[in-house]
Amino acid sequence: MRVIVDRLSKSYRDRSGQNLVALNGIGLTVEPEEFVAILGPSGCGKSTLLNIIAGLLPASSGEVAFEGERRPGQPLTATVFQEFALFPWRTAEANVAFGLEELDIPAAERRARVHRFIAMTGLEGFEGKYPHQLSGGMRQRVGIARALCVEPAVLLMDEPFSALDAQTRTIMMDELLGIWERTRTGIVYVTHNIQEAVYMADRVVVLSRRPGRVLDVVPVELKRPRVDSQLGEPDFLQAVDRIWGLIKSQAKAALLEGRP
Amino acid sequence: MSPPQRIAVPDRTRFLERHEHRLLRVAALVGLVVLWEIVTRAGWVRPLFLPAPSAVLEELVDMARSGPLWTHLWASVRRLLWGFGAGATAGVSVGVAIGFFSRAEAVGQPLIAATFPIPKIALLSLLILWLGIGEASKVTVIALGVFFPMAINTYAGVRQADPLLIRAAVAFGAKRWSVIRKVILPSALPMIFAGLKLGAGTALLLLVAAEMIGAESGIGFLVLQSGNLNETTRLMVGLVVLSALGVLSSWSLNRLERLAIPWQNT
Repeated sequence: MRVIVDRLSKSYRDRSGQNLVALNGIGLTVEPEEFVAILGPSGCGKSTLLNIIAGLLPASSGEVAFEGERRPGQPLTATVFQEFALFPWRTAEANVAFGLEELDIPAAERRARVHRFIAMTGLEGFEGKYPHQLSGGMRQRVGIARALCVEPAVLLMDEPFSALDAQTRTIMMDELLGIWERTRTGIVYVTHNIQEAVYMADRVVVLSRRPGRVLDVVPVELKRPRVDSQLGEPDFLQAVDRIWGLIKSQAKAALLEGRP
Repeated sequence: MSPPQRIAVPDRTRFLERHEHRLLRVAALVGLVVLWEIVTRAGWVRPLFLPAPSAVLEELVDMARSGPLWTHLWASVRRLLWGFGAGATAGVSVGVAIGFFSRAEAVGQPLIAATFPIPKIALLSLLILWLGIGEASKVTVIALGVFFPMAINTYAGVRQADPLLIRAAVAFGAKRWSVIRKVILPSALPMIFAGLKLGAGTALLLLVAAEMIGAESGIGFLVLQSGNLNETTRLMVGLVVLSALGVLSSWSLNRLERLAIPWQNT
């Protein structure tokens, strides 16, 4: 399905009672099967945007809508969280099954689907482990399997690999791309890492710092499937340069502001 | 200039090491009993004040053979189980309710804050007035004693549930009851078990108190009656049984906790 974010604004009241505008008139569209990265300096409200798309946070004005054909019982979104957010009392397998339980999927089909996504994310042999027995990378595989398992119209990912070490992150990025090539679920991928955004996405939506608005949408013209060697290609470097040019001053200002 | 030195780095944390000292643990317990036996055998203390452990053991075996031990024990255990079960169930339910529903919190929290400080023993007279001198008042006072730590601990456990996990559950379609059953309750389990352990101690205390006021059976009754009759050995049997009840309940709660919370300490 297509996601349409239309003139979306979000303001908070902070502790001193002041009105803080987190998002200001955001408009963007995510096409079916598209991989869109949302990128911005820290504190630009990109996680807020994702939470509003997920229905976990109300918008102040504007709206988020989904258009297109929805299978019966299909959830609009499923989220992969930065801090994994796995249930510590559930094994890997039971964590993956969580969303299917809430969808009232019969046990036999549930088992089959859980097994399919456990295999797809490389979790075979770890089904019975509790999250605390797994490494960070394995935990996020559980997080990804849990989200893909409900076969959402759009997959939302909130800095999914930023809690991982650099090597694991690189591996997980390639694995995610591989999975995406197979499932073709539309992805909205929030990150603050320019290289990561360009390497993964079809388009990069660049947000300004608070109040967050869309600075530009940068299309990435790299052919798929993406491979490491493309990291040195002129198209890649140009896109990275262009985005860095957009947010450099913003990031500097955010740094001096002294708060996230 | 002095010649260059070579200094091996010593382990400076040695004094921080902790050992199990298994033998010492057993020796402490055995040592106490042996010392106690010696003190009484030597005649330093009159048996009326402190009977020898061997005499207490003999009396215990005797009471077990002839039956009264089981009568008293069963009466006490029955009261404990009913009171503990009722108090724990009510405590967990109320704790979850006031922890999750803000309206229940608004009603329940001031009520609990106002009634919790009353020592439950003080309520015993009132309960006897209301419910009679029989089993009901005894079971109720134990239930009340267990209810408060359970409700307060469960409430704290529910409030401590990780908001991120609750959001994750909602993100995957969980509604109110799913969130309570699948996120809130498991999050609160460690605190619930802490409450159970606190409650077990309170229950034993209140059991003995209740059995000392108007009872014809039970370990508390045995202790009181033996004291009145200067039957110190029987009294000591009662104390040994109470100690065993306490040790057994905390041991079984620990076992149960490990079974119920398999995702911890593994």
